Amino acid sequence: MADTVDIKSTRSVKRFLAEQMRNIAPVFTLIVLILFFSLQSPVFFTLDNALNILANSSITGIIAVGLTFVILTAEIDLSVAAIANAIGITVAFFTMQPEYVNINTWPMYGGLAIILTLLAAFGLGSVTAFGVTVIGIPSFIMTLAMMQIADGLSAVLVRGQIAYNFPDFIVMLGSGKVFGLRWSIIVCLIFLLVAHLVLKYTRFGRYVYMVGGNREAAEYSGVNVKLIIASVMIISAMCSGIAGMIGVAYFGSAQQNGFNDFLLTAIAAVVLGGTSLFGGRGGIGNTIVGLLVLGVLNNGLDLIQIDSFLKILIRGLILLAALVINVYAQKLKESSG
Amino acid sequence: MDSLENNDGGTLVPPLQDGSPLLEMRAVTKRFGGIAALNSVDFSILEGEIHGLVGENGAGKSTMMKIIAGVHADFEGEMFVAGQPAQFHSARDALKAGIGMVHQELSIVPDLSVAENVFLGHQPVRAGGIIDWGYMNRTAREQIASLGLEIDPTKRMGSLPVGLQQLVELSRVLFSGARIIILDEPTSALSPPEVARLFDALRQLRAQGRSIIFISHFLDDVLEISDRVTVFRNGHKVATTPAAELTKDEVIAQMIGRGSAEMTMGEETELCGDDSHPVVVEVRGIGDGMALKDVSLSLRRGEITGVYGFMGCGQIELSRALFGKGNLRSGQVFLEGSPVRFRTTATARRAGIAYVPENRRMMLFRTEPVFKNVSIAILDRIARLVLRPKEEQRITGNHIEDLQIRPPRTDIALGNLSGGNQQKVALAKWLTHLPKALILVEPTRGMDVGAKEDVIRIVKSLRDKGVAILVLSTEPETILTLADRVTVMKKGLVAREFTTGHLEKADLLAAA
Repeated sequence: MADTVDIKSTRSVKRFLAEQMRNIAPVFTLIVLILFFSLQSPVFFTLDNALNILANSSITGIIAVGLTFVILTAEIDLSVAAIANAIGITVAFFTMQPEYVNINTWPMYGGLAIILTLLAAFGLGSVTAFGVTVIGIPSFIMTLAMMQIADGLSAVLVRGQIAYNFPDFIVMLGSGKVFGLRWSIIVCLIFLLVAHLVLKYTRFGRYVYMVGGNREAAEYSGVNVKLIIASVMIISAMCSGIAGMIGVAYFGSAQQNGFNDFLLTAIAAVVLGGTSLFGGRGGIGNTIVGLLVLGVLNNGLDLIQIDSFLKILIRGLILLAALVINVYAQKLKESSG
Repeated sequence: MDSLENNDGGTLVPPLQDGSPLLEMRAVTKRFGGIAALNSVDFSILEGEIHGLVGENGAGKSTMMKIIAGVHADFEGEMFVAGQPAQFHSARDALKAGIGMVHQELSIVPDLSVAENVFLGHQPVRAGGIIDWGYMNRTAREQIASLGLEIDPTKRMGSLPVGLQQLVELSRVLFSGARIIILDEPTSALSPPEVARLFDALRQLRAQGRSIIFISHFLDDVLEISDRVTVFRNGHKVATTPAAELTKDEVIAQMIGRGSAEMTMGEETELCGDDSHPVVVEVRGIGDGMALKDVSLSLRRGEITGVYGFMGCGQIELSRALFGKGNLRSGQVFLEGSPVRFRTTATARRAGIAYVPENRRMMLFRTEPVFKNVSIAILDRIARLVLRPKEEQRITGNHIEDLQIRPPRTDIALGNLSGGNQQKVALAKWLTHLPKALILVEPTRGMDVGAKEDVIRIVKSLRDKGVAILVLSTEPETILTLADRVTVMKKGLVAREFTTGHLEKADLLAAA
């Protein structure tokens, strides 16, 4: 009798661990990294440095919010960084540039510029959504094409030049501070919070999880699966666009290839956090942990003065480890029923 | 008799002189987890014979064929090929001994040429590993010609009609040296002229001394082409009889064991279709240009309409089309008199159509709690924007009580429930707000008796509440247990309709 109870409880512990593996592993990684860098560098564990990490993660964070929606439905968006760049350049295109910047612009009132730019992001997202849902192109390929299209738009708009001026409101969000806290961090936190509320507490959020969990079942339950997929592709493009606008102001310039690193970093943040690449599992909480892991890692590796070439390798290895855990967690979950 | 040519270069046993069986199975028993799918069955095939094999789903035909074709290596009993004891560990072993199978789902590669399909897996190569296209095309053409056909071997396989694809696959099996060929439901997707062409080919093969096992639900076809017919029932062999001495009714009687003590629920029914009931869904001449050709039927308020037909008869496609999934090429659907065209399942659901597919996995979320599984279909009624989990749980709790779902908990993952209880959850999704029409595909398949009865009770109570119900099944019992009126489908068309009066299994089998 005691034996059976024992077996049952160890089994339920196992099942709990199997279910929570994707959540526990990233948090554990984060704690280990923080401990390690705190011991290695005297300046790592300070408020200034913490704010530094947050500021450096904020642009990625906004992109990762949109990607979280996409990956939760078991799709992917490879165009996020390219769209961010194109939209950052678009907002510069609508702004008067200094005379020495030799590009065609269409200057207008800042508020209008921002609205038009947002519409452009919506437009790019709609094209992706149309390709994926109506035409039926796999999102991997469709967003690859969109990546190229957005890169092309960027190239045509700046023609090798660099733009420096942006609407005042964008400049404030990108480089301004309030109570000593950067606006970009605040914007990122707002995006994370709203996305979390949407995913956990709204009907749309539930549909996102259900479509990712079992697309066929969602369809046979009368959910408009294509509408949900189209929505997440547009959400992703909008998040990327806004991140792009704030990003160019954060960097102080808009130019071709300005967001080159952000595709990998944003996907890495979502996956490192433990959101399932197979859809239906994970969420904004996971993405936050993933962002922090990456932010701490980048910052810490700089502080302990490691060979910068090795840094790239280490990031790659940690990403690989996260992918292994991601797939392994999925299998554990399936086998434990 | 001419000696057989083996194109694969392997050795074949010499032709038999004395009329003893080419293949003989003695006292074969096969159990799956304690349940005997075959119970001490003898079965034999003569050389140069077309042998029909019939029986209901689950009678043991497939199990026997899988043993013969080497798929099930583990069974009790003996097997002799040309008088020699044989033991196969794989389909490859069986093929080496000259036994090949053409499955109902063809295993062709549509994007390769006909010749490549014939030679699939063993293309002829010249020195240096270069494929010998000339030899391949020439031989494929000859091989296909031996079936009395002329097909350009360089044509893309996918461009051929299904009937020809099947013959190409048949020639592949022949080409790999088979002298006993098992054909599983070869005529289910074929039009009458295609069937005639297949039969010509089979007769040619018979004349060459090959033996054919012809498995089919289409009894007319079986009686037309076979020399002898074996009937299986419940894992036993009923009889092997020369086809010339059999009528269709006699075969049906053997299949279902009429008059025996085994008569149980679902063997017969009294239909009570009433044309005065208002029509809820009317289907007029719909087709998808593929499996579904031209079907008309009406679902009436407070009635269960049963649609019976064999696998591949188009009933799945019919059900999908009514739920906004599937591509209608022709015809029209009316809901309460007005024409409707559902482009998504969401519009069908909102219009009041509910659907339970043939496989529970297709509509349930195993890792999600029960209440989310139930509420997914009614979320837009509970919540405009913000979810109300308490309300979802309350509604689910009521369903759990009404349908006696066990364990009675709303928050455990659905995967922890038994199959029957999962099926109840699948039904519960649609019960909060009564749909106008409920479409159930194979509602009781694979369920234990208790759960089956529960589901039947639930479906009947929904009918009594005024829901128009469509039940589609390949099992006559399911139809006879539930339906108030029955439409029998055959190859994408309506074969027969039964509205009132006595109906039994034999009638359904004869009509399909």
